[in-house]
Amino acid sequence: MEIILSIAIGVMTSCGVWLILRPRTYQVIIGLSLLSYAVNLFIFGVGGVKTNVPPILSDDVAISTLADPVPQALVLTAIVIGFATTALFLVVLLASRGLTGTDHVDGRSDPK
Amino acid sequence: MGPYILLILLVLPFFGSLVSIFLLNTPSRTLPSWAAGSVAFLSLLVVAAAYPAIYDGEVLRFHVEWVPQLGLDFTLRMDGFAWLFSALITSIGFLVVVYARYYMSEDDPVPRFFSFFLAFMGAMLGIVLSGNVILLSVFWELTSIFSFLLISYWHNTAAARDGARMALTVTGIGGFCLLIGLLLLGNIVGSYDLDKILESGDIIRGHSLYLPALIFILLGALTKSAQFPFHFWLPNAMAAPTPVSAFLHSATMVKAGVFLLARLWPALAGTYEWFWIVGAAGIITLLLGAYFAMFQQDLKGLLAYSTISHLGLITTLLSLGSPLATVAAIFHMVNHATFKASLFMAAGIIDHETGTRDMRRLSGLFRFLPITGTLAMVASAAMAGVPLLNGFLSKEMFFAEAVETHADSILDRILPYVATLASAFSVTYSLRFIHTVFFGPAPSDLPKEKPHEPPHWMRFPVEFLVVSCLIVGIVPAISIGPFLHTAVVSVLGADTPEYSLAVWHGFNLPLMMSITALLGGAALYFVLKDYFATCEDGPPILRRLKGQRIFERILVEVSWRWARLAEQRVGTRNLQPQLRWVVATGFLAGLLPLYLSGFETRPFVFSGVDPRFAAIWLLGIALAVGTAYLAKYHRLAALVTLGGVGLIVCVSFVWLSAPDLAITQLLVEIVTTVLILLGLRWLPKRMHGVDEAITLRARFRRFRDLALAIVCGIGMTFISYAVMTMPVPDAIANYFLENAYSEGGGRNVVNVILVDFRGFDTLGEITVLGVVALTVYALLRRFRPAPDSMDMPEQQQIQNRFDEERPERSAGDTVRDYLLVPSVIMQWMFPVVITFAVYIFLRGHDMPGGGFSAGLTLSIAFLLQYLAGGTRWAEDRIRILPLRWMGAGLLTAAATGIGAWFLGYPFLTSHFQYIELPLIGKVPAATALLFDLGVFSLVVGSTVLILVALAHQSIRINRLRAIDAEKGREA
Repeated sequence: MEIILSIAIGVMTSCGVWLILRPRTYQVIIGLSLLSYAVNLFIFGVGGVKTNVPPILSDDVAISTLADPVPQALVLTAIVIGFATTALFLVVLLASRGLTGTDHVDGRSDPK
Repeated sequence: MGPYILLILLVLPFFGSLVSIFLLNTPSRTLPSWAAGSVAFLSLLVVAAAYPAIYDGEVLRFHVEWVPQLGLDFTLRMDGFAWLFSALITSIGFLVVVYARYYMSEDDPVPRFFSFFLAFMGAMLGIVLSGNVILLSVFWELTSIFSFLLISYWHNTAAARDGARMALTVTGIGGFCLLIGLLLLGNIVGSYDLDKILESGDIIRGHSLYLPALIFILLGALTKSAQFPFHFWLPNAMAAPTPVSAFLHSATMVKAGVFLLARLWPALAGTYEWFWIVGAAGIITLLLGAYFAMFQQDLKGLLAYSTISHLGLITTLLSLGSPLATVAAIFHMVNHATFKASLFMAAGIIDHETGTRDMRRLSGLFRFLPITGTLAMVASAAMAGVPLLNGFLSKEMFFAEAVETHADSILDRILPYVATLASAFSVTYSLRFIHTVFFGPAPSDLPKEKPHEPPHWMRFPVEFLVVSCLIVGIVPAISIGPFLHTAVVSVLGADTPEYSLAVWHGFNLPLMMSITALLGGAALYFVLKDYFATCEDGPPILRRLKGQRIFERILVEVSWRWARLAEQRVGTRNLQPQLRWVVATGFLAGLLPLYLSGFETRPFVFSGVDPRFAAIWLLGIALAVGTAYLAKYHRLAALVTLGGVGLIVCVSFVWLSAPDLAITQLLVEIVTTVLILLGLRWLPKRMHGVDEAITLRARFRRFRDLALAIVCGIGMTFISYAVMTMPVPDAIANYFLENAYSEGGGRNVVNVILVDFRGFDTLGEITVLGVVALTVYALLRRFRPAPDSMDMPEQQQIQNRFDEERPERSAGDTVRDYLLVPSVIMQWMFPVVITFAVYIFLRGHDMPGGGFSAGLTLSIAFLLQYLAGGTRWAEDRIRILPLRWMGAGLLTAAATGIGAWFLGYPFLTSHFQYIELPLIGKVPAATALLFDLGVFSLVVGSTVLILVALAHQSIRINRLRAIDAEKGREA
C-alpha cells in the first residue's frame, strides 16, 4: 500500500510543480491544488498507513489498534484552509486579469 | 519609600511626558511649562531624598523579574555615581525647563516639546539607574529616539531634519553595537546583572571574547559621546532648539557615553587594548575638537566642538586606567555639564535677543546685555580653565595625570603636549566667544533691533549654574567634595586613591602647563583675531573635509546604490524564477539532511498491495498527468480531471481508515469545483496561432522545469515511502486516544482534537478562513473584468438568438428550461441537505462529521439553490447574510473559550456531562459542541460569502455594461 501511495504522491508533486512553474495563472492555481493533494496525503501518511482500522473509540477495541488521529486532524483543517487559499488566489488572479488584461502570472505577456 | 524611590524617580518623567501630551491643545506656554517644571522639580526632590542612604554608602536596589529564563530582570540600582548623574540630570533638567518656558516662542507647539523633553529625561535616568545591562541598552536606544525627536522639533527646516536623521543613524548604529557588546559581556560573565559584571573584571579581561566585546561597547559609547571619528553628528544636531542643546548635547546625553565608560571602568579598563583604543579616540578628539572650535562662526557650533573636545578630555582620562585619572574624569563630567549648559543658555539668550548666532555679525553686546555678558564671561573662563573656577580644578588634575607615565607608548609621551595645546586652543575659543560677542563697536546689522536683557527667570538658570561654577571653583572640598567622594568610591571601590580638591597645590608642573596654555591661548587669539572676524565657517584646510559629507555619501552608497545593484543582480519581479528558486531550495533543503547524516537504503516492497487500490491510483495518476497536460488550453477538461484526482484522494482516505477526511475532502471538492467554474468565465479565450512558434529558449525553459518537477516528484516518492514504512514512534497520538473520551467526552478523536484539545489552533484557523472570505469579498467589490470578457458569453448569445428567432419564445426561456429536471430535484433536495448538515453536525463528537463538514454541507445546500434557479431566483426566496453567520460563528467560538475564564479555568477549557432530557433520555452535552457550532457557522458564512460574491459578478457585469454604454453615448 505504501508504495502505491508514495508513487501517487510523487506523481502529483511532479505535476503540481510543473504547473506552478508555468506562465498562466490558471495553470498555477490547478498546480497548487494538485500539490495540496500530495502534501495532504503525505502528512496523512506520516501517521502510518492502516487499512480497515476503526477510527472511532469504542469499549471493545484496544487503543493501540486505532488509526492515528493527529495527522487526520491536521489534514482536515489543511483541506479547509486549502479551499480558502484557492479561493483567494482565484480572486487575485481574476482581479489581476481584469486590471492587466492578461492572464500571465507577471501581469504582462512578454517575459523579460 | 525604600526601593520604590527608584521606580518613582524613573516613572515620574515618563508620566509627566504623557500628561504633556494631553495639554497639546492649550494655547498658552505657561501651563505645560508649569507641568513639566513641577515634574522635573519633583524628580529633583526624589533624588535629594535618596541622598542620605547614598551618603551612608548604601546601594539602593529595585528588582522585578522580567524574563528570568533569559537573565533579563528589571533591576534599578543607585550608587553614588548613579546618584551624582541623577542629580545632574534632574537639576539641569529643571533649570532648562524654566529657561525653555521663556525661550520657546508662542507659535511653537510647546507641550510637544516638553513631552519629548521629559521622556528623554526619563530615558536618561533609566540609563544611569539600570542595574541590568540589557535594560540599560533599552534606555540607551530610547535616548537616541527622543534625541531624534527633539532635534527635529522644528521639522519644517531641512537642517533640523538632516541633523536629526544623522544623529539617529550614528547613535542608533552605536546603540546596536552596544547591545551586541553587552550581550557578549553578559555571555562572558554569565549574567547581565551590573553588579556581577563589575565584580568579574579579571574574568572579563582574561577572556578570549574580551576584545570583540570591548570594541562593540566602545562603538556604542564613542558614537554617543561624539568621539572621533563619529563626532560629526553633534555639530549638526545644533539645529535643535537651544534648551535641547543645553540639556542633551552638553550636559546629559553625550555624557552617556563617558558615563558608560566610567561605569564599566572596573570591568573593562586597565588593558593595553583599552588604553590604545580609548586613548587614541580621546586624544584625537580632544585636540581636533578644540582646533575646530576656534574657527566656528556659529556660537552654538563653537560650543558644540568645544563639547566634543571636552568629552575627548574625559575619554582620555578614562583611558589611562589609573584611579586618579578616573576621579578627574568624573569631576570633569560634572564641571563641564555646569559651565557648558550655562554657556548654551547664554548663547540662546543672545540668539533670542539679537536674532542671530553668527559671530561675524555680533559685536559689542555688553552695553545691551551687561548681566548676561558677565555670566557668560565667568562660564567661559571656567571653560578656559581659569583659576578659582571649577574648570580649572579638573583641568589641573588632568594635567597632573597627563605628565604621569601610564603605559609606555607614543600616546603616553605626547599626551602632556597635546593636553597643553588643546588647553591653549580652548583658551583661544573661550576668549573669542567673549571678545567677539560682547566687546568692540556696537553691532550694525542685527536682525532684531535693540537687544535687551531677557526676563529675569530666563536668566535665572544661567545665574544658578554660574554661581555653582564659582562656589565649586573656590571651595571645592566643602561644596562638591562629599558628592564626588561617594561617586568615586562607588566606581573605584577599594581602589579609591587619595586625592585633594584644594585650589592651590604649589608651583608644580601642572600649574606651569596651565599658565603656558593661558598665555599661549591668549596670544594665539590676538594673532588670529582678524582672520577669525572674516573667515569662512570651519578650520582652514580641513574646512572642505566634512564628516557630514562623507557620512551622506556612505549613506547614499549603501542604502541606494548597493541596494539597487543587489536588486538588479539577484532580484527579479517575475514570478516564475521566484517560484523556481523556491522549489529548488525546497528540494535542496530536503536533500541536505540526507547528505549530511546519511541514510540506509531499503528495497521497495510490492507485496501486500491491494490490486484494487493500485488500479484506482493508476487512474488517479493518469488523471493527474492529464490535468497537467490540459491546464493550458483546456481549462474545463483540466478542472474535471482535477476533480477526478480529488475524488480518488477521497476514496484513499476512506480506504485508509480516515472517514472524517473523506467527508471533508468530498465536500471541499464540490465547493472548489463550483468556485473555479465561476471563475472560468472571466479568463481569456484561447488565441490560436500565437504560441505556435516555440523558440529554443522556451524549449530549454520547459525542459528545465520538467526536470525540476520530475526530480521533486521522485524525491517526494522516496521520502514518503521512507516515512510511511518507518515504525510510527510513540508520539502524542496515544495521549489523545486515551483521553479523548475521559477528558473530551467524545469518541471521534479527530473531532475532539479539533474542538477541544487543540481548540485554540482551530480558533486561529477559522479566523483565517473568515479573513480570507472578507478579503475575497473586498477584492471582488472593485472587480472589473478585462475588456475582452465584457461581452455576453457565447452560449448565452446562442440561446438568446434561438429565443429571438422563434416568435412563440421570449428571451430567457431557454435558460429557464435548461436542466429543468435536475434543478427541480435540487430544489427539492434543499430541506434534505439541511437535515443532513444538522445530522453531520450533531454526530460529529462521536462519529465522523463535525462543524467543518456540516458547515460545508449547509453551504452546498445554499449553493444548489443558486445553481438550480439562478442568482436572482435564489435571492428572491432566501436571504443569506454571510457576514452575520461569520460574526456569530467567531463570537460563539470565542465566547465558549472565554466562558472557561469565568469558571476559573484557562481559555477554551471544555466541560461535558450527560443531560437527562425528557423522552430522549441521556444526552451527552459538551461545551465543545458549542465551540463546534461556532466553527460550523463561520464555515457556512465564509463559503457562502466567497461563492456568492463571485456569482454576483455576472449580475454586476450588466450594470458595468450599462455604464460603459452610457459613456459611449456621451462621447
